Amino acid sequence: MSTEQQKRPDERDAIVKSISRVVTLPEDEDQETLVHYYSQMLLVRRFEEKSAEMYNKARIGGYCHLNLGEEATVVGFCAGLGPKDYVYTNYREHGYAICRGISAKTVMAELFGKETGCSRGRGGSMHLFSVEHRLLGGYAIVGGQIPLATGAAFAIAYRGSDEVVVCQMGDGTTNGGPFFESLNLAKIYKLPIVFFIVNNQYGMGMPADKGSAVPELYRKGCAFDMLSERVDGNNVLAVRDAMRRAVNVARGQHEPVLLEAVSYRFKGHSVIDPDRYRNEEEVKQGRAQDPIPTFARRLLEAHLIDEQGLDRIEQQVEREVEEAVRFAEESPFPPIESLMDYIYAPDNVESERR
Amino acid sequence: MAEISFRQVLNDTLREEMHRDENVFLMGEEIGVFEGSYKITAGLLKEFGAKRVVDTPIAENGFVGMAVGAAMLGLRPVVEIMTFNFIALAIDEILNHAAKIYYMFGGQTPVPMVIRTPGGGGQQLSATHSQNLEAWFAHIPGLQVIAPSTPADAKGLLRTAIRNNNPVLFLEHLALYNNKGEVPEGDYTIPFGQAKVTKEGKDLTVISYSRKAAIAHEVASRFERENKLSVEVVDIRSLRPLDRETLVNSIKKTGRAIVFEEDWRSYGVGAEIVATLQEDAFDYLDAPIKRVASLEVPLPYSKPLELAALTGVQELEDAINALAPRRRRR
Repeated sequence: MSTEQQKRPDERDAIVKSISRVVTLPEDEDQETLVHYYSQMLLVRRFEEKSAEMYNKARIGGYCHLNLGEEATVVGFCAGLGPKDYVYTNYREHGYAICRGISAKTVMAELFGKETGCSRGRGGSMHLFSVEHRLLGGYAIVGGQIPLATGAAFAIAYRGSDEVVVCQMGDGTTNGGPFFESLNLAKIYKLPIVFFIVNNQYGMGMPADKGSAVPELYRKGCAFDMLSERVDGNNVLAVRDAMRRAVNVARGQHEPVLLEAVSYRFKGHSVIDPDRYRNEEEVKQGRAQDPIPTFARRLLEAHLIDEQGLDRIEQQVEREVEEAVRFAEESPFPPIESLMDYIYAPDNVESERR
Repeated sequence: MAEISFRQVLNDTLREEMHRDENVFLMGEEIGVFEGSYKITAGLLKEFGAKRVVDTPIAENGFVGMAVGAAMLGLRPVVEIMTFNFIALAIDEILNHAAKIYYMFGGQTPVPMVIRTPGGGGQQLSATHSQNLEAWFAHIPGLQVIAPSTPADAKGLLRTAIRNNNPVLFLEHLALYNNKGEVPEGDYTIPFGQAKVTKEGKDLTVISYSRKAAIAHEVASRFERENKLSVEVVDIRSLRPLDRETLVNSIKKTGRAIVFEEDWRSYGVGAEIVATLQEDAFDYLDAPIKRVASLEVPLPYSKPLELAALTGVQELEDAINALAPRRRRR
């Protein structure tokens, strides 16, 4: 992955890293780790395909936004974090929850609205949460999570501990006020936070470059004199490495960082979106960049796995997803008597000092 | 008991709570170096330093959301919104985040935070700087809305607000800051959801909150001195949760009620009170309940127009006289 300081022709300086095009795997990578990334990407893929199926069978209600096509971004994002770091995401977050360590069963149960779900069935697809796994929420108001994540980073700085907050968002979010206010606040208070844009090239139906005056979204960091970087979101290792660099800066120097991963949304905005606004050729090209078979080929070429190994992973993943559906089906709905629980926290609940 | 101003008691209470709990910190525009637009935070930056008295840029959406996030990790932010009107810029973080996070994520993380903000009209601040928007927030499950009228209540309720594990909107009123009153010493707290009968009476009840409750108390006291009517005053103090019982008990005694409020009449706090009494005290009412509220106009700048738009002493007296029973209760 090449890293270079470039002078922009328009004289606006930014740290620019060209999109990584690694063909072979780096030699110092651990085989087990690489195979694990593949396995996680495949798990997210199959989980999301199953979510769409369950949505169409009316097991899942409301809105349901999938990470299909973004698996390398999701897995690379999570692989770059430490276990104590906090994650805030938007509403397209099933994959992040799973890769953060929340079981596929618990996530599927949440989508089914069951008591065993990671938000006890109160949140649904757009509001996954687990204190234990430090996923501090999927948020469904575009941009709403960014000030919150900034505040969590403020709390870390206030206490002087060494966690980092990572705040994921979509491309469309970078056009709204909360994004700009939060980046400014993070910079002036020197907060340990990484703002992570998943540029899947569409904000619902609006192309990213139509909604944003600056099509390279990481360049918005310039306004805040913030270290920023764009990375190939189809390359799991590039995303992971960029995240590690960013997290190191945030942790070590208490400097916020802006990362942009360029990926491609394989399907519509949500399960019910028939995706009529994109032309077929473009979608075909986007899908041709599929990060999963690409990574599989790289593993095969490097002799880190063989076809039988890939098959075994496929079977394991399918079993895990089937088990998740069975668990969700068999779990109870929250009892009606619990409807009014959790509106107000009782006095004796100490908010966790984390 | 010492006589202390509303402003001073807020300042003292913030200081005491910051000494008591290191997780309590203040944030807002101009609260540090400038010591607050209304000097509520005077001296606190010097005493506690910039870590705990955080001057924010003019970005209500951003810093109110930050407070929510900090509260999720267990800090207890007390945010000052310079005036109530500016809260509109932060409403998403309050409505969709602060009020939802405990419930929506299945009770995994409380959001212990306070938003303090002064509202109200009468200072010729005109349409965008004089509003009473409390009904917006009192409507929302997950929030608590507190509006004291005396320095003593300000002390007891602000302490409860800071120690509470949920988001609290703590409403102050510009015209109350210089009011003085006796304030209990020591660790004085008042539970939320308790209205207070600030003056006992027999003929009718005036239900109010914040500055209008202070005015109602003055008017009722004068009526008593002048031996006109015996007016009971109930200060709601806590708009959410609402103490229905104290309201109903007062109606059982007097049979007549006026809601005296500074907000606009339609869909206002008074509408909720009237509906509550209709549901819970219908059989005890001797007359329709009256609402004395501000006129439904964006508040104008020009003094005569502003005075005409705001409800006040005269409107309350007129309503009391109109509603009073022909024969006084003995």
